[in-house]
Amino acid sequence: MRFVDEYRREPEVGRVLETLRRVAVHPSTIMEICGGQTHTLLRSGIDRMLPHTVTVVHGPGCPVCVTPLEMIDRAIAIARRPRTILASFGDMLRVPGSGTDLLAVKSQGGDVRIVYSPLDAVALAAAHPDREVVFFAVGFETTAPANAMAVWQAHRRRLANFSILTAHVLVPPAIEAILGAPGNRIQGFLAAGHVCAIMGYEDYEPIAERYRVPIVVTGFEPLDLVHGLFMTVAALEEGRVGVWNQYSRAVRRKGNVEARRMIDEVFEVCDRPWRGIGVIPRSGYRLRAAYEAYDALTRFDVAGIGATESPLCIAGTILQGIKRPDECAAFGGRCSPEHPLGAPMVSSEGACAAYHRYRRTA
Amino acid sequence: MRGVPPLPADGVSTSPGPDFAGAACPIPIAEHETIQLAHGGGGRLTKTLIETIFVPQFANAALDELHDGAVLDIGGSRLAFTTDSFVVRPIFFPGGDIGTLAINGTVNDLAMCGARPLGLSAGVILEEGFPIEDLRRVAVSMKRAAERAAVSIVTGDTKVVDRGKGDGVYINTSGVGVVPPGVAISPKLARPGDVVLLSGSMAVHGIAIMSVREGLEFGTELTSDTAPLSGIVDALVSRLGSRVHVLRDPTRGGVATSVNELAMSGGVGIVLDERSLPVHEQVQGACEILGLDPLYVANEGIFLAIVERAVAEEALAIVRADPLGGGAVIVGEVVAEHPGMAWLATRIGGTRVLDLLSGEQLPRIC
Repeated sequence: MRFVDEYRREPEVGRVLETLRRVAVHPSTIMEICGGQTHTLLRSGIDRMLPHTVTVVHGPGCPVCVTPLEMIDRAIAIARRPRTILASFGDMLRVPGSGTDLLAVKSQGGDVRIVYSPLDAVALAAAHPDREVVFFAVGFETTAPANAMAVWQAHRRRLANFSILTAHVLVPPAIEAILGAPGNRIQGFLAAGHVCAIMGYEDYEPIAERYRVPIVVTGFEPLDLVHGLFMTVAALEEGRVGVWNQYSRAVRRKGNVEARRMIDEVFEVCDRPWRGIGVIPRSGYRLRAAYEAYDALTRFDVAGIGATESPLCIAGTILQGIKRPDECAAFGGRCSPEHPLGAPMVSSEGACAAYHRYRRTA
Repeated sequence: MRGVPPLPADGVSTSPGPDFAGAACPIPIAEHETIQLAHGGGGRLTKTLIETIFVPQFANAALDELHDGAVLDIGGSRLAFTTDSFVVRPIFFPGGDIGTLAINGTVNDLAMCGARPLGLSAGVILEEGFPIEDLRRVAVSMKRAAERAAVSIVTGDTKVVDRGKGDGVYINTSGVGVVPPGVAISPKLARPGDVVLLSGSMAVHGIAIMSVREGLEFGTELTSDTAPLSGIVDALVSRLGSRVHVLRDPTRGGVATSVNELAMSGGVGIVLDERSLPVHEQVQGACEILGLDPLYVANEGIFLAIVERAVAEEALAIVRADPLGGGAVIVGEVVAEHPGMAWLATRIGGTRVLDLLSGEQLPRIC
């Protein structure tokens, strides 16, 4: 398959790995922000092929993992309402709230539907004028333009029965939070290529300067990952600081200007709690005042729903890259994808789930 | 830039900042108290359900094989016996319908025991309001599929439930067949050194169904691969006899799930080579877009065979001689290491665990 197979071939990947082994003289610790990249690393076995001097740690870039517990509980409360359709991306359905998950709500009769696009939820609202249709708008900058477009279209079509439950998060503030945290050991970052395809990478330049780190915008195929790691390690070995673009076939410095305009029309930046981490200032989106009528939080009076997390798992240290998933005492035993103690074990993109699927020892 | 969050001017967070050390996680969900869709997904939850609810109650030697069908000794000859229920949605899909599946599915379960099908039963549960014309189409499909597999539907049953209590039509088929002398197929018979043969391209059925499912329609010329495998299997076992050790049709849960089950029941390790796994370009394209792994997508017209290495080439030639097995390849081997687990040698030269899925594959966010 063109534009896919080229990035998954052994000779090409092997050549880059060989070059990486040659340049990686000193120990380096690099974080890939995005859960999709974590999965490529483990799914293709790259993690076992890296030189021993290179340590990769898996960042908090899984929207499912960082969506706060109370937000899941709010979605569940909405899904249990009569004459209400809760539409969501598929992998949110298995994330446990305080007591249950959306799949269980569905099995008990709640109208929970998987959609591939928020615009499908708008179509549901148009098709069911007698029902409230709520889209669970989670994700990083990647999903923000389509979610913004959904609200904008609903507004234009006067679909008063449509609303969104927003839990959007942003990458650059998370990188800053990690770099600024006491005890940080991350020396370089792979930035998420698809996030930068939307937002560009200008925002990463001052971060790289301020914290004196290399940041490499990286794609998602095996060849992208080893290439991105090579570029980061080479910069570290040469003492270079700045932002480089490995994913140049998709990413421009200013990103997708139209998509950013749509985001800016509908959303504004706000403080946002991250599950397993806490509040990161200016790290999320909420609806602008002009679109607040589409905010499910106020429409259904669920803003008051709070939740307390159990201290059983170490998701925070894992999402920060301080510990590996298999260093958690609960990993694979009390915590598994069937019975997750924490969100990183739930999502297909979560670091713990990736370790569980691809790296258990025989 | 518009829409881009400005960075703090001084480079230092203005709030107390995130507390990584105090990070915590949700309490676990207790055992499910109600049936989830994932209990029927063919993955780990299905396995747990069967092992905790049914096996302890029904335990006996034939069932404990946990194969696609049971083999019973009847006065010196061996009778294979199997049953399967069909709840597919939509009822009509490219390449077949629920009737085609109901016949081929049970014929194939018999074939996976090494048996020649003798006769089938058909139990039909209809929902009030289901169009008679649709039922007629389904019945014609069943007749044609049975003719193609050279088997008769010899008994049946019909029930109707209230509107809203069913999904149009559900079909259960059971089948009996005779296992020829000299044939010994069992998931327990895989031996280190054996090779794993796959008779054709993966994930075609699952993707063809998904392409017409509500809310997910996408343009493709793919049609389901549903087909009776009894002829091709008969050719294989009558030529190679007991040198064919294991047969399995990787339906629900796909090739990865089947290979895991075989590793567990045989107490052996299985390693698949990702480079050799056949996937149509259209199927791969759909999987890339939907975020699905073809290794876990359902098939209805291919099978896995574990055979002695010495007859690998002969087995390939026999399977490839049948139009349904033209794409057959050796995809892996049985090893003594990591018993009960499947591993994948990845395309770029790495290795990883090939796990059972916990539930159904869910479309990803990004």
